[in-house]
Amino acid sequence: MLELQGIAVSPGVAIGRALVFDREGYRITRCLVAVGEDEREWQRFVDAVRQASLKLEANRQSTADKLGERIGDIFSAQLQVLSDPQLQSELESLIRKRAYSAEYAVSEVFTKYAAAFRKASSSFLSERAADIRDVERSLLEVLTGQPMETLKTIPHEAIIVSHELTPGETAGFDPEKVLGICTEAGGSGGHTAIVARGMEIPAVVGVGNFLHQIRSGDEVIIDGHLGRIIVSPDDATRDRYRERRLFRQSIATQLQEIRDLPACTSDGVRIELMANLEFPHEAASCVARGADGVGLYRTEFLYLGRDQEPTEEEHYQAYAQVVRDMQNRPVVIRTLDLGADKMGMTMLAEPENNPFLGLRSIRLSLRNPPLFRIQVRAILRAACLGDVRVMFPMITTLDELRSARFLLRSVSEDLAAEGKHIQCAVQVGMMVEVPAVVLMLDRFIDEIDFVSIGTNDLTQYTLAVDRSNESVADLYQACDPAVLRLIQRTHLIAAEKKKSTSVCGEMSNNPAYALLLVGMGIRTLSLAPAAIPILKKAIRSVTIGQCEAMAWRALRLSTAREVDAFLMNQLAGLVPEIVLQA
Amino acid sequence: MTAAIQHCNVIVRNPEGLHMRPAHRLVQVATGFQCQIELERAGQIADCRSILSLLTLGAPQDCELILRAQGPDADEAIRVISLMFSQQFDEENGEPAT
Repeated sequence: MLELQGIAVSPGVAIGRALVFDREGYRITRCLVAVGEDEREWQRFVDAVRQASLKLEANRQSTADKLGERIGDIFSAQLQVLSDPQLQSELESLIRKRAYSAEYAVSEVFTKYAAAFRKASSSFLSERAADIRDVERSLLEVLTGQPMETLKTIPHEAIIVSHELTPGETAGFDPEKVLGICTEAGGSGGHTAIVARGMEIPAVVGVGNFLHQIRSGDEVIIDGHLGRIIVSPDDATRDRYRERRLFRQSIATQLQEIRDLPACTSDGVRIELMANLEFPHEAASCVARGADGVGLYRTEFLYLGRDQEPTEEEHYQAYAQVVRDMQNRPVVIRTLDLGADKMGMTMLAEPENNPFLGLRSIRLSLRNPPLFRIQVRAILRAACLGDVRVMFPMITTLDELRSARFLLRSVSEDLAAEGKHIQCAVQVGMMVEVPAVVLMLDRFIDEIDFVSIGTNDLTQYTLAVDRSNESVADLYQACDPAVLRLIQRTHLIAAEKKKSTSVCGEMSNNPAYALLLVGMGIRTLSLAPAAIPILKKAIRSVTIGQCEAMAWRALRLSTAREVDAFLMNQLAGLVPEIVLQA
Repeated sequence: MTAAIQHCNVIVRNPEGLHMRPAHRLVQVATGFQCQIELERAGQIADCRSILSLLTLGAPQDCELILRAQGPDADEAIRVISLMFSQQFDEENGEPAT
């Protein structure tokens, strides 16, 4: 049994068999062969080299015939790699002396070389790495007798174990097949984590190097609450987790009973619980969970995993589905927040040294008016179907807000001129994610209808922490006193002008933090749909006075650690039944 | 004929450095000699019969390398290979030199 600690990013417990992908997203079998089998394994490898060589030679010949000898040379260089003496001797020692299976040895050695090339500093090196990977793939295909399985084709129910997953790869998973996710890299605010949560797949990231300690087929438990993963659990551990899963299911039943009751404190203060949405199809389950609306519809997933820009009609259909499924509840549509790690469209992506400080989000939209207009047209058209509100992300300066509003107005005039039926009185809000906006909020507040605090980015920009970098992920704390002060200031300035402030970051998913926000005066929270029932339970168990007392004390603490410990302690005292036992 | 180590300095002139194609040509030629031939870059030594070890040097344009050969035809190997370096392995900006 092997227990590893990572970062819990998507709740739930998964028990199943591992499917291990290496850094390049191939499925590999990491295993040793039985004593005495090593000679046969070596022979198998030698045969595979011969067959792969024949294939490469055939490729070289046909490419040379079509495109000339110089291009064909690429394959003869690959052939040279295949018969490289240094490579051969390394593989021979792994297979013959250390009893690695041929696949395992190939994967280990090629990964090492590809990594060495990638580390070197010039630009053509990454292409070499791709060449090396090509050779590796042809060898592995011969050895396994089948095309290499990639992340796109998960054959059966499994827990996906990988070095890293992109948000696009994660979004492509079939939730029926993927029971849980565990990666070596990643941090709590990364978008892969957000997607996993959106799909309700338990996930643990940032575990550190461990792929060599696990192989496909091993039994694994993923504890998405505590951020723990257990490889080859013993019977007692497996039983404990099965029991815990039952316990959670029974809580779920209790939560189901309060589904149609409002989220009111026991002394009658109504808190609006809205849902954060990734995909249109989630809207139906939001209603089923008792959401009061959609507080943040992240539209950029329309752009992920595709090469072409979505059309106005595709935007419109996605929004229309959400608006219809929400049955007249408010739907806040956030405009394109692409950029940084979410960038799915290579045509817009210039490599940046500092993507989180670069051309992303509203900056990117304002720089590409045709693209921005398409989305805004679709939003305004969908606004006829229900209570739709527009929200601009990552506003930093007043000029940006004004430009965005100007574009909105001009699109709406265009639509009117075309004789399209549109809703004129669409509410416009902005996200508060950049500390500069909090400092200047008194100048913004008269020009908008509502603000929504995106605690993920606000935390990252306030504390200067890259939330996807696991070496500094521990500094990323939404409950840091600096972040709390910014939230408080935002709420006070907005409240003075009778504008609503909601909080739509990950912070609202944690009931302890959510009660703190309520105590600070926030009356609208937007969170992952799956987290709504438990938060409703928490809110119905407390009085507004208890929340305010909690906030009063929390705001007087000096470090994130103190705040976190205090809040957890408070939650355990106020709503013990929802605090999960370790 | 001599068993002494012959050596000289060579400079990578190819704009893209010692990449796949020049390394490939180098292995083809080196394999034709009987002597042991190696290249050294800042203490890292590559066997000229192994394309992977050559690539691992990651030698960019203008990088200076030490070329060493030991064996019966070492003189000839040094002469031929240093010429290949100076002629950019018959490649200029990715196109064949005419």
